[in-house]
Amino acid sequence: MSSRDQIIQAIQKVKPDNQTLPEIPEFRVPEDLLATFILSIEGNKGQVVSKEDFSSWLKEKGYSKILSNSDRLEVSNLQILPSDPHELAELELAILDGQWASAENGAIWLDDTQLRLRAIPFITEHLVITIPESNILGNMHQAYDKIGAAHSSFGVFIAGPSKTADIEQSLVIGAHGAKSLTVVIV
Amino acid sequence: MSHPSKAAEFLKDQAKSHWHDETLWFVRDKRDKISKSIPEWENLRTLASGLKDYVLNNLDSLLLDFEANAKKNGIHVHWAVDAEEHNQIVHSILEKHDCKAIVKSKSILTEECHLNPYLEKRGIEVVDTDLGERIVQFLQQPPSHIVLPAIHLKKADISKIFHEKLQTEKGNEDPTYLTHAARLHLREKFLKAKVAITGVNFGVAETGEFVVCTNEGNADMGVHLADVHIACMGIEKIIPRRKDLGVFLRLLARSATGQPITNYNSHFRSPEPGKEIHIVLLDNGRTRQLARDKFKNSLKCIRCGACMNTCPIYRRSGGYSYGSTVPGPIGSILSPGIDVKKYSTLPFASTLCGSCSDVCPVKINIHEQLYEWRQEITKANPDLAKGMSMKMASGIFTSPLAYKISGSLMRKSLKALPKSIIYNPLNVWGKERDLPNPPKESFKEWYKKNRP
Ligand code: SF4
Repeated sequence: MSSRDQIIQAIQKVKPDNQTLPEIPEFRVPEDLLATFILSIEGNKGQVVSKEDFSSWLKEKGYSKILSNSDRLEVSNLQILPSDPHELAELELAILDGQWASAENGAIWLDDTQLRLRAIPFITEHLVITIPESNILGNMHQAYDKIGAAHSSFGVFIAGPSKTADIEQSLVIGAHGAKSLTVVIV
Repeated sequence: MSHPSKAAEFLKDQAKSHWHDETLWFVRDKRDKISKSIPEWENLRTLASGLKDYVLNNLDSLLLDFEANAKKNGIHVHWAVDAEEHNQIVHSILEKHDCKAIVKSKSILTEECHLNPYLEKRGIEVVDTDLGERIVQFLQQPPSHIVLPAIHLKKADISKIFHEKLQTEKGNEDPTYLTHAARLHLREKFLKAKVAITGVNFGVAETGEFVVCTNEGNADMGVHLADVHIACMGIEKIIPRRKDLGVFLRLLARSATGQPITNYNSHFRSPEPGKEIHIVLLDNGRTRQLARDKFKNSLKCIRCGACMNTCPIYRRSGGYSYGSTVPGPIGSILSPGIDVKKYSTLPFASTLCGSCSDVCPVKINIHEQLYEWRQEITKANPDLAKGMSMKMASGIFTSPLAYKISGSLMRKSLKALPKSIIYNPLNVWGKERDLPNPPKESFKEWYKKNRP
């Protein structure tokens, strides 16, 4: 008998009577979604800038290797998307468009359609994600309501920069992935 | 070696064990604060527990759905009855791709299977990429905590091993400096690896996708640069629907480290063009645990580590004292299910205060199961149980006060317990402590001051 059948049979031998699947009720969401979202992102050690302030922010940073998949922000002098993500090892800034965000925890959903190459938000030194204010939802339940039926072959909730506290519980930003997350509200 | 004797080892370095205790309490405290900021916290726990009940009662059909959907999405699905088969499967995939070096993100399951030594014996370099795991790997130690693998180490220890392995400045103990040194070192490994291994936090039956959560981004760095992704998953990690993730993701990080969500929560549904994803579904005693009515609930665990952080014994005795892959309260009910002889002392490594059950996001009745295991072990081996209960009797249960407050009160105000109870010199877990000062206040006074 295959391992698969062995495992399934072992489970079926002790299977109790059927039970109904709990439904997930609606929970109250924060009143001021934008303010809550900004607080959450900042709590996760990211930062939020407005669309108006973005170009001066970018100028001040002075990054030279920039990749953008954004339809929402205009940026010049961009790198061309390679086919092999290894070529992004020196990338300084990636700009991506987020689909939905959850205010309660700052999580922003992106999938293959925005990412194009899955490695981008992780391999880049710094990350910018845009999100329209109207796409900020209350909580994760609402976020899954929105993305539940989508067939993303890869999708990710990003809520902050890469971080670790593995050395004596001291928080350090920039473990392996992006050293900063800047969210631009558009 | 039994739990009490290993705990005594850990307690020899008093300053360190005290620090360990305080640090984990700090994490527990963060969990308390953030859970209180969510009005529906208790509803979420009940929901999560109910969903997991459903999972355990329908594991066969959910696994079959998961397999069918994953296959439809172009994922290779493998089944392993035990650790040996699991390791063989992983190794055969590596052989097929002629791969001699892999990167691996945190996976308790591969620890359980002892995958690293298995692959290393076959000439494969395994690089653990979670910072804490890389640190303990350098020291040739297993993780001492399922979420905080290097929590038993001080930065001086880490500075020393990094100086040796990564040529960092001697004596530089700055966590930022050390973390960035590890970043550079691991980046090289990420860029070279052809195969990346990850664990799985949740597998979704409805869609055939699986979710991996990290803060460091190491799982994603590994898999998106590699050609092949092998995801190792216990069969109990399945959940019915995509929307159930909303419940579990809201609970997981809040329970684990007191943060609202992990910074990266990746949903893998099908491979990137030209690449491969493999899932290895592992039993290794899980169906046996499922058949034990009293203990099957332990399979609901989502590995958040909250029961460890809150446990007065774990905090005082350290993860290694348990001698099992999963330490702490949940480890003490899972491990005897795997090998009751080897882990017979673990269910006794508890005050049965119930704090573990109170913080558990999926509401596992941990302390009741610990009690049940004691009964089973006593039945099977009266001598051992006698020895253990002697040790127990010399500790917390000799004091009527301790006994009284070990119930509901202890659960609510664990931190505020008079030190004389946890650090009682007669208590086996507090062995190496100096005699505490006699309590300056009566229980009544103390309670008045400390009640929640
Ligand atoms: S038993 Fe509960 S508290 Fe302990 S690790 Fe598992 S889910 Fe977390």
